[in-house]
Amino acid sequence: MGKTIAEKILSSHSGKDLKAGDIAICNVDFCFGQDGTSSIIIDSFKKLSVAKPFDKSKFYMIIDHSAPSPNIGVSAIHKKMRDFAKQFEIGLYDIGCGVCHQLVPQEGYVTCGDLVIGADSHTCTYGAINVFSTGVGSTDLAITAASGKNWFRVPETIKIVVEGRLPKGVYSKDVMLHIAKDIGANGATYKAVEFYGDAISAMSVDARFTITNMAVEIGAKIGIMEADSKVLKWVAEHSAREPKPVKADMDAKYYSVKTYNVSELVPQVAKPHAVDNVADVTELADVKIDQAFVGTCTNGRLEDLEITAAILKGRKIHPDVKFVIAPASRKIYLEALRKGYIDIFINAGCAVVAPGCGPCVGTHNGVLADGEVAISTANRNFKGRMGNPNSFIYLASPATVAASALTGKITDPREHKKRL
Amino acid sequence: MKHFARRLKVKDNINTDYVISGRYKFKIQDPKELAKHIFEDIDPDFAGRIKKGDILVAGENFGCGSSREQAPQALKSSGFSAVVAKSFARIFYRNAFNIGLLLIECNTDFIDDGDELEIDIEKGKLKNKSNGLLLDINPIPSVMKKLLDDGGVVEHFRKHGGFKFE
Repeated sequence: MGKTIAEKILSSHSGKDLKAGDIAICNVDFCFGQDGTSSIIIDSFKKLSVAKPFDKSKFYMIIDHSAPSPNIGVSAIHKKMRDFAKQFEIGLYDIGCGVCHQLVPQEGYVTCGDLVIGADSHTCTYGAINVFSTGVGSTDLAITAASGKNWFRVPETIKIVVEGRLPKGVYSKDVMLHIAKDIGANGATYKAVEFYGDAISAMSVDARFTITNMAVEIGAKIGIMEADSKVLKWVAEHSAREPKPVKADMDAKYYSVKTYNVSELVPQVAKPHAVDNVADVTELADVKIDQAFVGTCTNGRLEDLEITAAILKGRKIHPDVKFVIAPASRKIYLEALRKGYIDIFINAGCAVVAPGCGPCVGTHNGVLADGEVAISTANRNFKGRMGNPNSFIYLASPATVAASALTGKITDPREHKKRL
Repeated sequence: MKHFARRLKVKDNINTDYVISGRYKFKIQDPKELAKHIFEDIDPDFAGRIKKGDILVAGENFGCGSSREQAPQALKSSGFSAVVAKSFARIFYRNAFNIGLLLIECNTDFIDDGDELEIDIEKGKLKNKSNGLLLDINPIPSVMKKLLDDGGVVEHFRKHGGFKFE
């Protein structure tokens, strides 16, 4: 019987011949925590009474969720992380470095065929570069930081094929919102998802990260893609480690197979308060917005800033709109500066903030007032997500967010086709 | 000890942001402090109604979203002895057993707020003493049972010097 990518990667990391449903103890290639989860990682690690982490080169901590710190409570957690990192000589990315899911692949810690866990649910992002990566809680992470291992249940796999050619103004974010609408927030719980199809092949690696990032929004343990020539080039540019690409067998057994054709897809928007509550942008033309946000582990990459800049160039945002932009990492911020995007944003009236997760998780940098409406490139629009339970969040692509910021209401980015 | 059901107004897809909002979990480290704010964004009076030993009852996909372990920690600190739902999101599922919070999967359509419940893990049954119904519960995977018996994954790890499931 053939194997799926998940079955192969977990088999190679456990030394056993595994199939879906099996439980095995596996060696983990890399693990990390962020400042929302590391406090408990540290507490649990200390309770384990081990002398030191299993491998200093494979365990990092990243301060991104509230960076720089907005209050005393967070400052205490940041200090606790810095002290712990010093004590055990662990690598720490401090404020301003960027969002964990941009830093981990960008800095070359992970490569094709790896098994990775992170104490953050969007760790599934690196599936776009053929990594079995999944989110865990803090104590699970502490166990791995101490031992290099953890236990895994081998997931069944859903195969999703995305065919067709995306129209202008429609992006990977729209594809994933469309899939979330169809499958539902619960549709892939406990499952792995393998993504295929010519629409995926045509996407850049950056655009693919947007899709695998949101695999957890349909409940999946991982969202993973094969390593094609684009992926191999990307990892060669970012990591010194040897990639070990893993493909599914032709006769692999799938839980189900779903096919989408995106040639006629229109820009998609998730409405409050659920990621799978999705409508076509054209149905929402009357919705006024108070705030726009481009950034996050979903859509804060250079390509996303490029699209945003193309729409905003030489224009001013609507006078009633606040527009917050957070590049996903310092490296992206610097590249955006060199390319002139930051200049465009500032002249358009945007507030460019330090790389980090703040606006998406409601810790700072743009908390909404009662009754306010935001359109954001993030991956979650749960009630209260941006810091106020009496506000409303719509999720969309950077193009839709930028187009909406110009008019003050949800706007179809295809109106700016010539710029895209 | 008697165990009474506590239901929220929202049934399905209760995410961990709703269990404990980012407004609190990013800055508060004490689980007892966090417990005061559980479900604040979807049911502001809920935390005040919980009594020690209560069982939280929900629908599909409980605990989806963020990986925050503060969610099961705050539920445990609130006094909940278990969570019963039709299904759980996977990260929450691991987190709960890792910290020694019992999760039970079964049909929750016939459990109302305030019903008295009795769980028998060995027999695989949940009895609703208020309406007399005896419900089948999904078997708890042996790994989870082992972690629960040892008092959580940290205690399991310390006791055996690593994982020991066989």
